[in-house]
Amino acid sequence: MILLTINNERREVDVPDDTPLLWVLRDHLGLTGTKFGCGIGSCGSCVVHLDGAAVNACITPVSAAVDKAVATIEGLNNDIARALRQAWIGVQVPQCGYCQSGQIMAAAALLVQHPQPTDEQITAAMDRVLCRCGTYNRVRRAIHRAARPTLEAT
Amino acid sequence: MARHIELDRRSFLKGVAVGGGLLVGLHLGLPTRAEGVAGTVVEPQSPFAPNAWIRIEPSGGIAFIVARSEMGQGVMTALPMLIAEELGVGLDQITVRFASAAPAYFNNLVGQQLTGGSTSVRDAWTKLREAGALARWLLVQVAAERWGVAADGCRVERGVVIHPDGGERFRFGQLATAAAAVPMPPGVFLKEPDEWTLIGTPAPRLDTPDKINGRARYGIDMRLTDMVVGSIERCPVFGGALKGFDAEGAKALPGVIAVLPVSAGVAVVAKGAYAALAGRKALRIEWDLGPNASLSSAELRRRFEQQFGQPGVSVRREGDPDAAWSRAARTLEAVYEVPFQAHACMEPMNCTADVRADGCDIYVPTQAQTRTQRMGMDITGLGEEQVRVHTTFLGGGFGRRGEVDFVRDAVELSKALRRPVQVVWTREDDIRHDFYRPAGLNRLRGGLDVDGLPILWKHHIVCPSIMSRVRPEAVVDGVDHTSVEGAANLPYAIPNIGVDYSLVDTPVPVGFWRAVGSSQNAWITECFLDELAAAGAQDPLALRRRLLAEQPRHLGVLEFAAAQAGWDTPCAAGRFRGIAVAESFGSFVAQVAEVSVTEGQVRVHRVTCAIDCGLVVNPDTVRAQMESCIVYGLTATLKGAITLAQGRVEQGNFHDFPLLRMSEMPDISVHIVPSAESPGGVGEPGLPPIAPAVCNAVFAATGEPVRSLPIRL
Ligand code: FES
Ligand code: FES
Repeated sequence: MILLTINNERREVDVPDDTPLLWVLRDHLGLTGTKFGCGIGSCGSCVVHLDGAAVNACITPVSAAVDKAVATIEGLNNDIARALRQAWIGVQVPQCGYCQSGQIMAAAALLVQHPQPTDEQITAAMDRVLCRCGTYNRVRRAIHRAARPTLEAT
Repeated sequence: MARHIELDRRSFLKGVAVGGGLLVGLHLGLPTRAEGVAGTVVEPQSPFAPNAWIRIEPSGGIAFIVARSEMGQGVMTALPMLIAEELGVGLDQITVRFASAAPAYFNNLVGQQLTGGSTSVRDAWTKLREAGALARWLLVQVAAERWGVAADGCRVERGVVIHPDGGERFRFGQLATAAAAVPMPPGVFLKEPDEWTLIGTPAPRLDTPDKINGRARYGIDMRLTDMVVGSIERCPVFGGALKGFDAEGAKALPGVIAVLPVSAGVAVVAKGAYAALAGRKALRIEWDLGPNASLSSAELRRRFEQQFGQPGVSVRREGDPDAAWSRAARTLEAVYEVPFQAHACMEPMNCTADVRADGCDIYVPTQAQTRTQRMGMDITGLGEEQVRVHTTFLGGGFGRRGEVDFVRDAVELSKALRRPVQVVWTREDDIRHDFYRPAGLNRLRGGLDVDGLPILWKHHIVCPSIMSRVRPEAVVDGVDHTSVEGAANLPYAIPNIGVDYSLVDTPVPVGFWRAVGSSQNAWITECFLDELAAAGAQDPLALRRRLLAEQPRHLGVLEFAAAQAGWDTPCAAGRFRGIAVAESFGSFVAQVAEVSVTEGQVRVHRVTCAIDCGLVVNPDTVRAQMESCIVYGLTATLKGAITLAQGRVEQGNFHDFPLLRMSEMPDISVHIVPSAESPGGVGEPGLPPIAPAVCNAVFAATGEPVRSLPIRL
């Protein structure tokens, strides 16, 4: 049995230690908001937070999540998340939407680190998340808007 | 004032919905992109086959039920907007539901259901407005009769009919069931464009909230009781076959439930995806690699090249190109090469099937409900009413999800195991077993007169045909029109034009890729036009202006994009501009790209895009689609390609088939050219101009034309 803390809840799973966190979330815990895109850590569809840091769940063995706080898109409900979601709607970011969990999770981790990120900081944090629908410029705009809601509105 | 429109009675059906309320059914002309001839509309097989419904419930709920796929193009917002405008309700009052292939609202209704070819808004344009107006008319009749007043005097506002004196009101729900009994009117009034309050106004998409909180259900997110997950090892070589396999290693792994051969290869079925993937790695399979085991990209190129030695099938001939060739003051010849391209939808291919003795449910992100249903019927032997298709959200489509290979995987496995099975492809499966955009070779010949103006254009296209697999009867006299679209319809006024086509099929499966033929043909023709411009010492924009004098919509977007990009002002030091224009799917798009080239690296800084797609339903969706097309096209221009060695695709995941990332993004500005024409597509037309705009800018920067993609300097 492996004991995990996911979105502030204690969860137990019976899987081999090296099972990627992604599949534990999706197949064992029913948390399908975290997406599978590549399985090799190169698309960011599966970004979750481990103690607040953005990681690719597809290459994170579940054993690495023990004793850490795991947050997924379903559990992301703090002020930053609210600001991001509002900005995402305001800017109309998603198209197919498949990559968007990863985009929001990566953006949320960025805003904790840099509450008012520069363009360079946004690029550095978001370059890990691919979007085949090409929503990148809107992602950037929405992050700026979430960071400076009043400035953007003027 | 509103305009009276006669209703085509065959296009609408009304009745009382199951459970009460008003139901208006209509048939939207559906595109045949993946099954028929591009841009044409399939006639329903029966005289009347509704595939969309407006349902007004006694409770007041208003639903738009549509047999369509949503793959990021905003259909869920654009289509209800058309209804809401004429029905007299707010967009927020309509809920959208997807119908399965054969919904139970009526029983005589299975027509073709397919999304593709950018026609979603185009064909729906008139019909949905008429349907909205019809429902409103029926509801108002009932209210007017109850009040004993003339229907003309009643107003409608946000789903409420208001008495002429402004006092009494009926909510739609109170009128709905009675409205179903009102006889059909011969016609309805449609608003004039200046009366619209919704159409043409940016509307937030209705599906956005669920896509940012993890709740939107894509195919891969389906979870059914007792469901197991299958993953399939496929022969790496196209055309190979299974000889035998040893399942012992896989079966010994925890979680693995079954290992069995299926049409596509050897399936490992397990309790979860990870166990299934682990099982695949433990398989020992012997393949019969078949006749293509040594096939390479170089070999395919040789096969294509041989065709230049013989004449192709003529698809367009004007003037006398051969005589012009010998008469021209200057001639130019170039060979342009396009590689295979994968779709790489962000959501890997998947399908969930639940086959039982008496029925089959298929949950799938698909662009082709009808083909899905047929595949289900073929495998299970069940009837049309027993095979139900449930369309989930699609994590990208781009033409890939008009195929049904993944449906076959899931239905076969569920049938064999008698339980719900979800088949999940890995990214490697997806990249290596796609239906690729066709590779091809193109020989261009041009001639200039003494003033440096083009008098001759010859284009020999050599490439595989999509239709010869998808719909062989659509290949007429050796011509697959999807191979020549964007080339045969060259818009330029050049007196001598010859466009020829040689169909060369290869063992590599090809299919519809965003913008289809135009996606590569616009690149070829727009780049060669710049070569001619340079050879004749003409400015690329000035030459286009001159040759497009008779093409107002091409010219309109060209001028718009050029002005917005500041074509006539010098670029910043080290920056260069390129311009291109293309028509596809009924829309016209011009783009100006601004690039720099440093040590062989191309950087695209800015893209200015102008689109004329006729009347615009939701401007923000148009802008978003242009941005999306530009990024998709830039990936094919700058990043990767699918190549073959030893009969196999050499790429497998995003490390060797890279996609454009945020750090490589240009600034993009999109300008919608005001137009009163009927709506064109927006999901694809933004793609064709981007590759030539970028390559023409690189040509301006380096003096060397770019004749193969992706750009490698
Ligand atoms: S699925 Fe984890 S990075 Fe792509
Ligand atoms: S919105 Fe479709 S992949 Fe990003």
